Amino acid sequence: MQSVTRKALIDRAAALLADGTVNRVYGWKKGTFAYDVTPALFESAEELERDFVFGDFCGANFSKYLIAETRRKDGKVLVFLKPCDTYSFNQLLTEHRFDREKVYAVGVPCEGMADINKIRELAGDGIADVASEGDKLIVHTLFDGDIELDAAECLAERCKNCKSRRHVAYDELIGEEGTVRENGRFDQVEALEAMTPDERFAFWQNELSRCIRCNACRDVCPACTCEKCVFGNPESGVENKAISDSFEEKMFHIIRAFHVAGRCTDCGECSRVCPQHIPLHLLNRKFIHDIDRFYGDYQAGAEVGSRAPLVDYTLGDLEPGDAVKGGSAHA
Amino acid sequence: MQRIGVFVCWCGTNIAGTVDVHAVAEALKLEPGVVFSTDYQYMCSQAGQQIISDAITEHKLTGIVVCSCSPRMHEATFRKTAEKAGLNPYMVEIANIREQCSWVHKEMPIGTEKAIMLAKAAVAKVSLNAPLIPGESPVTKRALVIGGGIAGIQTALDIADAGFPVDLVETKPTIGGKMAQLDKTFPTLDCAACILTPKMVDVAQHENIRIFSYSEVVEVGGFVGNFNVKIKKKARYVREELCTGCGLCTEKCPQKKVANEFNLGMDNRRAIYIPFAQAVPKVATIDAAHCTMLKSGKCGVCSKVCTAGAIDYKQQDEYIEETYGAIVAATGFNPIDMGAFDEYAYSKSPDVITSLEFERLTNAAGPTGGKLLRPSDGKHPQKIVFVQCVGSRCSEAGKGKEYCSKICCMYTAKHAMLTRDKYPDTDVYVFYIDVRTPGKNFDEFYRRAVEEYGVHYIKGMVGKIEPVGDKLKVQASDLLDNRQLKIDADLVVLAAAIEPDKSARSLATMLTASMDTNDFFTEAHPKLRPVESPTAGVFLSGTCQGPKDIPETVSQAGAAAAKVIGLLAKDRLTCNPCIAESDEMMCNGCSSCERVCPYGAIGYIDKEFRMPDRTVKIRRVAKVNAAVCQGCGCCTVTCPSGAMDLKGFANKQIMAEVDALCL
Amino acid sequence: MPVTDYKPKIVAFCCNWCSYAGADLAGNNRLNYPAEVKIIRVPCSCRVNPMFILRAFQRGADGVILCGCHPGDCHYTSGNYYTRRRMALLFSMLDYLGIERERTRVEWVSAAEGAKFAATMSDFVETVAALGENKRLEDLRCKA
Repeated sequence: MQSVTRKALIDRAAALLADGTVNRVYGWKKGTFAYDVTPALFESAEELERDFVFGDFCGANFSKYLIAETRRKDGKVLVFLKPCDTYSFNQLLTEHRFDREKVYAVGVPCEGMADINKIRELAGDGIADVASEGDKLIVHTLFDGDIELDAAECLAERCKNCKSRRHVAYDELIGEEGTVRENGRFDQVEALEAMTPDERFAFWQNELSRCIRCNACRDVCPACTCEKCVFGNPESGVENKAISDSFEEKMFHIIRAFHVAGRCTDCGECSRVCPQHIPLHLLNRKFIHDIDRFYGDYQAGAEVGSRAPLVDYTLGDLEPGDAVKGGSAHA
Repeated sequence: MQRIGVFVCWCGTNIAGTVDVHAVAEALKLEPGVVFSTDYQYMCSQAGQQIISDAITEHKLTGIVVCSCSPRMHEATFRKTAEKAGLNPYMVEIANIREQCSWVHKEMPIGTEKAIMLAKAAVAKVSLNAPLIPGESPVTKRALVIGGGIAGIQTALDIADAGFPVDLVETKPTIGGKMAQLDKTFPTLDCAACILTPKMVDVAQHENIRIFSYSEVVEVGGFVGNFNVKIKKKARYVREELCTGCGLCTEKCPQKKVANEFNLGMDNRRAIYIPFAQAVPKVATIDAAHCTMLKSGKCGVCSKVCTAGAIDYKQQDEYIEETYGAIVAATGFNPIDMGAFDEYAYSKSPDVITSLEFERLTNAAGPTGGKLLRPSDGKHPQKIVFVQCVGSRCSEAGKGKEYCSKICCMYTAKHAMLTRDKYPDTDVYVFYIDVRTPGKNFDEFYRRAVEEYGVHYIKGMVGKIEPVGDKLKVQASDLLDNRQLKIDADLVVLAAAIEPDKSARSLATMLTASMDTNDFFTEAHPKLRPVESPTAGVFLSGTCQGPKDIPETVSQAGAAAAKVIGLLAKDRLTCNPCIAESDEMMCNGCSSCERVCPYGAIGYIDKEFRMPDRTVKIRRVAKVNAAVCQGCGCCTVTCPSGAMDLKGFANKQIMAEVDALCL
Repeated sequence: MPVTDYKPKIVAFCCNWCSYAGADLAGNNRLNYPAEVKIIRVPCSCRVNPMFILRAFQRGADGVILCGCHPGDCHYTSGNYYTRRRMALLFSMLDYLGIERERTRVEWVSAAEGAKFAATMSDFVETVAALGENKRLEDLRCKA
């Protein structure tokens, strides 16, 4: 259950539209089902009233949309940002990807988002609707009637390991500010590191071989904002589309993770949108964890203008050979 | 489709001994794009080059591969050959089949097989080469020297003597720098003023030199050959062109209690002042912070006494914008603050002084008229303790400097010697960690201090100094005799470490010149390019690059001048064409490339793009400055979209080589 | 294929100023190293994109080694410092994916270290040969 209501957000957005502060609003739009919420642009109070939703399935991070949207139209766009979204927001500002002046950022608190796949695992097929009541989720199913689930058990992985409920950027905040949280987000990385190379290879071979190269992870990623992606550019020499060989999926995911290394804020959108349920965040978290261990703690997007670890160095950095030696011994 | 020619060199038996050169030439004939392939005894010879040249013409070659020795040896040769034959010189690739093949492998079949692969990789690369034309940029034949100490003076004089105009910018009201404050100079003991002031006069009188004293650089734009610099001339409230330097104002000014920075605060000056008698330019400056007229509007004595009418209380800061071909940083040094060294009682007793203060105390133009008197009571000190390495070679974080300040051993020997020479009844102790005296006639000088002048050199550090009564109780250890010493000294002189002037850091940022962790400017190469900054067109003179004494400073200043002259002597600069280039259609404007560029060669512009739907969008995109880029390619890897690529070593070219070598 | 016949394919990226010159010096001094090593000249080790390394494995390389100036000696002052970070992270990632860590290496070789170059290459070839063919990053389409 989210701590702020849909109405509070609509009222504030409508007021900001009315007084001319903004001329459009980036928000979550209801879909056919409660859980297929999509990002959408609202231009009037009526539209907001009709389609805007805020609830346990509003995971979408709008930061990336601001690049195209601020270029598309003059005037300010209102954007709702959950705490984890604000890191992406700052990171994009660090990279000069949009004009801060053209955005009015409204921070909204987040109690964690639900993962429909976990609900499906628990409640089975035929889910018609999911309602939130306190710390319970009421799942209306076509075949089994209403099923009551513990909301905590349905929490998305990234929310279970939420790094912070404190916003790092906004123009105004609705609701209460949260705090930085203790989290176990590197536990799985360390578990993998503790395996033998053969086990790790088997794990990733199994995961990555499911990749269908739909590019959803790339398209949703707020760090993957290239005007033209190398993997979609025939001129790059590494273009590939169809997934035809086990090499291609490794190439794609290693290079994608490398390109966002030091810039990835660990928002977890890649894993959320993957239709094949590949735990892609484990690749990004490996880099984040390594960066923290090798070069000191660094959180991309924590502040605007910070120097990402891969565009920085110190004279005493560790040698690549030592980085690998440490690999599995870190745990 | 490229028409590629392959030329396999025997290099006598150097290559042909282990590589079947004929087989290589034959095998390459089958490669796609290769229309001609041959071998010859010595490709680099006149006859060999003729073969290449003829083949280029006859077979209308668009690219050539020479299989020979290392490109580090003859790439330039074959590029020239190609150019003479009408082929773009960057359409030449070398397959290194000597150093990296025939010389390291013993068996003919292995050597031949590898040579064929290397040649194929070179063909793959040259197939993707594009003709490159080196860019050119004009050179503004004027130099800027920042800092008017002995380094800046020497550099300015040498450049000006070669016939190029030079602007010399100095933040203080006069040029001269630290050397003007010194008394005698080691190891010859000639007086600093006697050798420096004539040079200062030369600067003032040189037709090619303009001095901007009491001025500072506030903005630097542009690049090698064309730096646009904004200089702030601070208001001195005296019109330089009218002031005759008679000094009457400085005698009549009623504000007498301003600490005299030239004498390091050991005496006072007036609010209007000329730092010292031989100042250049010899014009008065009003210290606005202490001038009653400027503060309250009441006084005006200087204006009344000035017969030249030079006083101008309404003067404003003035900004000058000028273009320069080259910039020399000569920002010099300062002794470090002694605040962190309270164990030496520097802040507790006026009789604990730094070596620079000692210089002023022994200087005939100093506060005591050259008599060595204690600052506290004006008495002759009978026992003087010199402490070396105060803050130098100090590993304690936040306290001193890890490096050796280099000049202290010699000036301390000088101080000790001069004291014993002038006041033979004085006991002089020098505490040291090591005595370092490399340099011409340096060790001889130090030995004289010990052997002829009877200075007590004691290996060991002073632990504590405590003022008791009119004495300074010095506790020290003598490491050679392994005992503790207690000396009741009258005067203690601290050889404070030197550090780069604070202005250097902001200047380095403006120049995009790199600095080391101690804020000394970094050289383009520590051994081979010691007076150039990695940023093209920026040169280094004097202690801003590292601690050095006067002879070294002057040599380096001359060397920097020679490099500047070499640059300014050119009408146009030819740029290396193998540089990075950003495809603006793909550039995200994210600044990653800018951050890793060691040369500050990448900037950003807001560019308008016409979109397919006829709208115009403005996007921030990277622009590489061809005159500044050195072609390392660091930016290309940091660019996620691959917008940044390196000409001559393009992504596709390197991948084509990879493909060819892995077959 | 009998083990004795197996020859690994090795790609060595060498920076123009130090390591490539070091390789030349190995040649000048006639210091043998296995012919399986094929050198690609790059201006600086920082020119080497992780994609090139993966590309080499894709095309059938069994080991990739990257050589540059010693830290502090970079011709371009700081290029190899960036290389060091990039490769530390990349190698750690490859290891994380279960790809044999011995197949990739970074070595600093100066222009004076011809002997080190030859020794490094011999050692690397031996190490990779012991691992056998690269199977974990292979692209079957690229196999002859």
